[in-house]
Parts: sequence; C-alpha cells; structure tokens
Amino acid sequence: MKRNLFSARAVPFLQVTPLTLVFALFLVVPIVTIVVVSFWDYDEYRILPDFIFENYIYLLTSHVTLTTYINTLKYAALTWIFTFAIGFTVAYFLAFHVRTTTWQIVLFVLCTIPFWTSNIIRMISWIPFLGRNGLLNSALISIGVVDEPLEFLLYSDFSVILAFVHLYTLFMVVPIFNSMMRIDRSLIEAALDAGATGWQIISNVILPLSKPGIAIGSIFVVTLVMGDFITVRLMSGGQSASVGVAMSNEISLLQYPAAAANAVVLLVVVLLMVAAMMRVVDVRKEL
Amino acid sequence: MAKKIRGNATSMQSPSRRRFLKNSAAVAAGATIGSGAITGFPSIWAQNIKNVTLRQFGTGVSNINAIADKCKEDLGITLQMTALDSDSVAQRAVTQPNSFDIADIEYWVCKKVFPAGNMQPMDTKKIKYYDKIVPIFTTGKLTPDSEIAQGTAPHTVGFTKGKDSVEFADQETDWMTLIPTIYNADTLGIRPDLVGRPITNWKDLLDPAFKGKASILNISAIGIMDAAMVCESMGEIKYGDKGNMTKEEIDKTMAILTEAKKAGQFRAFWKSFDESVNLMASGEVVIQSMWSPAVAAVRAKGIPCKYQPLEEGYRAWGGGIGLAKHLSGLELDAAYEYINWYLSGWVGAYLNRQGYYSACLDTAKEYMSPEEWAFWMEGKPAAEDILSPEGKVMEKAGTVRDGGSFYERMGSVACWNAVMDENKYMVRKWNEFIAA
Repeated sequence: MKRNLFSARAVPFLQVTPLTLVFALFLVVPIVTIVVVSFWDYDEYRILPDFIFENYIYLLTSHVTLTTYINTLKYAALTWIFTFAIGFTVAYFLAFHVRTTTWQIVLFVLCTIPFWTSNIIRMISWIPFLGRNGLLNSALISIGVVDEPLEFLLYSDFSVILAFVHLYTLFMVVPIFNSMMRIDRSLIEAALDAGATGWQIISNVILPLSKPGIAIGSIFVVTLVMGDFITVRLMSGGQSASVGVAMSNEISLLQYPAAAANAVVLLVVVLLMVAAMMRVVDVRKEL
Repeated sequence: MAKKIRGNATSMQSPSRRRFLKNSAAVAAGATIGSGAITGFPSIWAQNIKNVTLRQFGTGVSNINAIADKCKEDLGITLQMTALDSDSVAQRAVTQPNSFDIADIEYWVCKKVFPAGNMQPMDTKKIKYYDKIVPIFTTGKLTPDSEIAQGTAPHTVGFTKGKDSVEFADQETDWMTLIPTIYNADTLGIRPDLVGRPITNWKDLLDPAFKGKASILNISAIGIMDAAMVCESMGEIKYGDKGNMTKEEIDKTMAILTEAKKAGQFRAFWKSFDESVNLMASGEVVIQSMWSPAVAAVRAKGIPCKYQPLEEGYRAWGGGIGLAKHLSGLELDAAYEYINWYLSGWVGAYLNRQGYYSACLDTAKEYMSPEEWAFWMEGKPAAEDILSPEGKVMEKAGTVRDGGSFYERMGSVACWNAVMDENKYMVRKWNEFIAA
C-alpha cells in the first residue's frame, strides 16, 4: 500500500523529468555559462577567468551602446509596423474573403513557398536587384522616371527594413490567420445586423479578437530583428550597427567576455519587451 | 607517428584574403595525401624522414595543398595542413603549443606570439639558402639605401638574441624566428573606366568626387592602416609610427573617417574577399581598399580593375613559418629539411605565379619560364598569356603588372601590417566609427 502511494507520487516527477533535463541542458546551462563568462577578463588571444565588471561598465557607459540600441530598436519598430500591416491584411483576406477551405489552404501554402528557399539567398537576391546598376534602377531609368540611379535603394536603412519585412512577414501572417479562423462568424453577422460598417467590424470585432495572434507574431518579429546581425551587415553594406553586429564583431576579435556581456544585456532587454507585450495581451487565454 | 588532424576551422568571419583560396581548392586541412613514390632524395635522412608527419597550421594564403603534395613527392614528409583565420592562428599558437609542429603566421602575429615561448628559433647555419633570402627579412633593407618602413617590419621580429631567447634582436643573429613564405604590397583598387581621372594618392579615397562610391575594409587592424595612409596623404595627420599609433592619433584618424562617413563618402564597408569583389564588379564602388587576388578576380570577369600604385607607397604584409618549441630529434631534422626544400625554388615559383612574392627569388627563378619571370618580377609586358599555378589564364599577353617590378613595388612600402600597443582602444574606436 505504502509502495503504491510512493510510486503514484513519483509518476508526475518522472513525467516532467525528460523535459526538465532538456531545458536544463540546452537552456539553463548555456545561459548560465554566458552570464559567467560575461564577468571574465580577456586579452588579445585569451579569455581569463576572473570576476570583473569592466565589460558591463564599458557597455553601459559607452555611447556606442546607446547608438546601436536606438538603431536596433528603430529597425524592430519599423519592421513591426510593416509586417503587422501586411500580415494583418493578408490574414484578413485569407480568413474572410476566401470562401472555400481548399482555396484558403492553396493560398496559404503559396505564401509559404518563398520560405522553402534559404533565408540568406532571399536576402542577397535584393542586392543585384536594388544596386546602382541593378534591375530596378535600370528599369526606372529606361522608362524615364529618374535620370540618375536611386542610391538610397541599397546599403541603406531602406534596404535593411525591406529585407526584414520580406523575411519575417510570414511570422505575422500565420498566427494572425490562426486567430482569425477561430473567430465565431456569427459575431460578424451580429455586428452587421446591429448596423456596423466594414471598418467598424474590423476595428471593434476582428482586431480585438485577433490580438493573441498579433501578439505571438509580434514576439517572433521583434525577437528575430533584435537578435539579427547578418541582415543588417549585408543590406547596410556594413555601414549600420545593430546589437547583433556589435556582438559578432567582438566574437571575431576573440573578445568573448565582452560579447557575453552584450548578450546578457540584450537578453534582458528582449525579455522586458516580451513581458510588456504579454501584459497588453493575454496570449494564454486564447491558446 | 600518426597524429590526429584537428579539423579545418575556417571561420565564417575570418578576416580573409584567405577565403579566396578556398575557391581554388587550395585550402584543405589534413589533406589525404597519396602515398607517392619517394623520388630523387638521396640523403641519408630519406629512409627515416619519409615516415615523419609534420602538422602545419596557419592562414590559408600559404597553406596550399599542392605544396603538401609536392613535399610528399620530393621529401616523403607528410604535411598536415590546417587553415585558420589570423586571430585563431595567434590564439592557437599561444594556448595550444602541442597542437602543431610548424606555425605559419604573419609577422605582426609573431610579435605577439613568439614571446609566449611556444616556439623555437631556427639555426641559420642549417638553412641552406639563408644567404639568398630577400634582405627585407634579414637586414630590413631591400637595397642597401632603402629606408625601413613603419609598422611591424619583418626583420624587427625576425631574430632572437639566442637559441633559448624569446627576446627579439635588433639586428641579424644566428637565430631566426620565421622563414618568410608569402608577402606582398597592398594598395587601393580602382575601376579605371569609372573613376574618370588618374588616381595618384591615398587621399583620393576621400575625394568628394567619389562620394557614395568608395569603400574601406572593415577589419580594424588593417582598415586603420589604410585610413592612416589616407589621413597622412591628406596632410591632416603626421604619424610617429602608423603601425603603433598613440591614442591621440587614433582619435584624429577616426574623426576624419567618421566625418567622411557621415557625409556619405562610403558606399559600403567590406569584410570578406567576395564582398570586395562584388562591390567592385557591380560598379557600386569605384575606389576601395583591396587585396591583389580580389583585383585578379574582378578582372577574371572581364571587368577592368587596376591595383593602383600610389605616391605614398604601399601597405605591406608578410608571413613565415616557424618551429614549435617541442620539436626535437628526427622531427626537428625533418622540419629543417622541409624548410630547405621550401626555399629551394618550386614553392617560390608557385607563390610568385599567384601574384605574391616568395623568400628566395634566385631559386624560384629557376622554376619559372623567362616570360613568367619578366612579367611577375620585372614588370615587363607579358610576352605570352600568363597562367595561374592551376593553369588558368590570369593575364593576357601584352599586359603589364600593376605597380611594375618587384623592386618598384616592394621598394615603396610605407608601412607593414602591425599590432598596436593601444590595440584594445583602437578596436573600440573603430567599432564606434562603424556604428556612427
């Protein structure tokens, strides 16, 4: 009897053990390591176990940090605005204007097709397209819209945001579409019966009910942009800084402790941003 | 004798002219070297040495598989090559002394690495062609009346005070740290069809005429030198030593560059070899810092590109091979044998044909055709098509090497790649410039 009770108690613990181990091994251990290393010292070729605050002091007092964070936040904000506008529109079209499930699936799959190719390829393809002698400029000049090639198209904030929006819009479309499909259609009929206009239905019915999807999509987009380094480096021609670029620079110079400190600060900032989003929308309620 | 291969870690962000060589399949670690027949090496060592395996690691430029193959064929020694980027090379030489037998490092890296005590100097008496080594690496003077350039000039870190010393000697001694492998003089690359005027000085990089069409390389240690060449050429700053700037000099240099960046002078900054090729080939950039294989790569696409000699001279770089501290006995003898073979001509000719320079020119000459020698070393028009070591046409008959002869190019070196005392400060300032 006693033994049975014991094993009954042990079952839930055993059940959570695998996941706990996975989390401990692949999440907790690496993060703790990064935090530990961020207090170490380094010289040109070595990292030296130590406990110093210099990495953080430099990071938190340097105006470069402020510039890079402002720049990164700017990318995140602009990318969010565009991916949200496009993502919401596409999802709305799929969910409410396409009548049959078959077509919904076909069109949805169509949206994902570009994502079967490599992320890097999709990004780099913009370079010959937007360049000074690229396809777009050549076309604009030959039809006489402009006389001189438009230089701002490539190696600028414009090209960085463009690439981000292109890369990450799908991360908005999918969760918003999912939320919209769960909206009870009778609510819309009720709104119509009550005399609501199309815009009122969107702003008072659909938008509030899509919030969890929007929140999930936003978390995807914002965290991806905040941590990115390769898009910023390639699309800005190495001329713009982001937090990720700063970290990759430090790593290439073997300044691992400085990069670790940077990573810890970025982690804190991103967690705060995610927490703020979760405060606005209770994602769990809808899952 | 079988030693473990440590893997081929050519890092993604490797600051690399070395990436280029990957394309020509030149870089490979721990190559599977066929058991070629041992030929033409009658020395008594041949019996023992053929069983020796030497582990060489270094940057990809001179870690060439063809050299390992030829070495196996001629000497019987098996060379295991590992290619890494400069930073990793330095780190490994300092922290993993037993992971290599021969280190192929750049001279500025040597300045940092050798004092760590993991390497041993070479007895120059055992180096057969020592007297034929280009004097840049021994006395520091290419010709008796040459001036010694700024930065880490190779001869300043080329000798130690004694067999067991880790201190660099001021002049030639019997104990040499590195045998030079590859060196070259770098300058700006231009698109002669698009610049619209002759380019003569480093300051032309910041000429407002090229606004939005210039680029500089974003590898702080080298980029800062190019920047210094530009600032000095503008007459804005006079440096004590461009290879070892003071904080004030670093601040002033970065201020000038930041101002130019904010004014929109630069189209992009490049970090890898292929980026510099694409910027130039697409016409996004018409003047930029460049490495010689990149210029060749642009030209190979049929696009005009010139490695423009400039009035103020070149920024030079060079590397060499040195021995690990732990080598002794048969392995040490094999290493000397390898070094003597390295200097005996075949390797030198191979490297010269890639557009680099090698340590002993006299021996290399014997392995090159008179036409090749005239083109690469004497700056004369190519009498016939010039082929790369892999047999691809590099230059059509009639072309002249940019910058001319060996003596014209290596004779006008203004500065050698270096590592500064204020390196950490410089890196921070450079990152601020990139973020500005």
